[in-house]
Amino acid sequence: MAAKRTTTWAVVVGGLLVALGLAFFVSRFASSSPDGLNKVAIDQGFDDTQTNHPTADGPFAGYGVKGVDDQGLSTGLAGIVGVAVTFGVGLLLFAFVGRRKAASGEGEAAAATASSGSAP
Amino acid sequence: MHIPDGFMNAGVSAAAGVVSAGGIGYSLVKAKETLSEKLAPMAGLVAAFIFAVQMLNFPVAAGTSGHLLGGCLAAILVGPYAGAVAVAVVLVVQALLFADGGVTALGLNVLNMALITSFGGYAIFRLIRGVLPANRGSVVAASGIAAVLSVVLAALGFVVEYAIGGNGGASITTVAAAMLGTHVLIGIGEGIITALTIGVVLGVRPDLVYGAQDLLPTLQLRDPSIVAGRP
Repeated sequence: MAAKRTTTWAVVVGGLLVALGLAFFVSRFASSSPDGLNKVAIDQGFDDTQTNHPTADGPFAGYGVKGVDDQGLSTGLAGIVGVAVTFGVGLLLFAFVGRRKAASGEGEAAAATASSGSAP
Repeated sequence: MHIPDGFMNAGVSAAAGVVSAGGIGYSLVKAKETLSEKLAPMAGLVAAFIFAVQMLNFPVAAGTSGHLLGGCLAAILVGPYAGAVAVAVVLVVQALLFADGGVTALGLNVLNMALITSFGGYAIFRLIRGVLPANRGSVVAASGIAAVLSVVLAALGFVVEYAIGGNGGASITTVAAAMLGTHVLIGIGEGIITALTIGVVLGVRPDLVYGAQDLLPTLQLRDPSIVAGRP
């Protein structure tokens, strides 16, 4: 059964390509209207309580790359940076988690799964 | 739904910071128990995918947009513990690198958009699955409905926080009505994206969907001699 099973890494690489495509090509078409919370803040008159963001002068602040004039390209490049950084941080964090789990014994886990057959 | 610095006073921001740090720390420990080896790269992918889709604001009403929060999606894919951590990673990167969401408000944003959506959304997902037949269609339907409600829960989180320590003196009843009304609409977008994504992953590798693992055969014997040896 399941002769042509897609490997987990193929799923991860495919998923990353989709994420990169969305972040680079589609992000420029995103709505620029204020989001739900910001709109409520404007309508209810508490948007002026917002203070300056401490990283507002950063190179990628506001989902753009400083120095890139083309708006769509700037947004798209910032998107690629974000996808790469979130994947990298997430992978490192969970690889660390995975390694510590692996040390606790695979046999036990397999036996537990087999005996209980539990739903998550 | 990223709260910028200044919307909430220091007290409620700090309290949310403590709750979120504890919640994410606990989730990281619990993720060790629920996260299998194959799900580790999936959790990284979930963070990256949610970051990308969060950039795609869609219009919901005149002059208003919304975007995926992703906590419910993450929880159904990799479990609520790893899911909450994955969304927290996204929120920290957004606050520090992209100046989206305040830094003193980070605890509030992690509480609303990572913890409430992952755990609240996953609890609703399990409840709905409990009353539906055990098949893939039910998983997709439950994920969509749970995702809608997870956004409403997150908006409720904001309303409670604003009632406790909001700045600007807006009427809490009008803020509540506006937040909930807007986020039901945004939630519909969240539900569609979540159901579509879960449907695609179920089609490719159903075993990679944490919330659908009960649909898999519970035991697969690869050695026929084991079967032969049984009475």
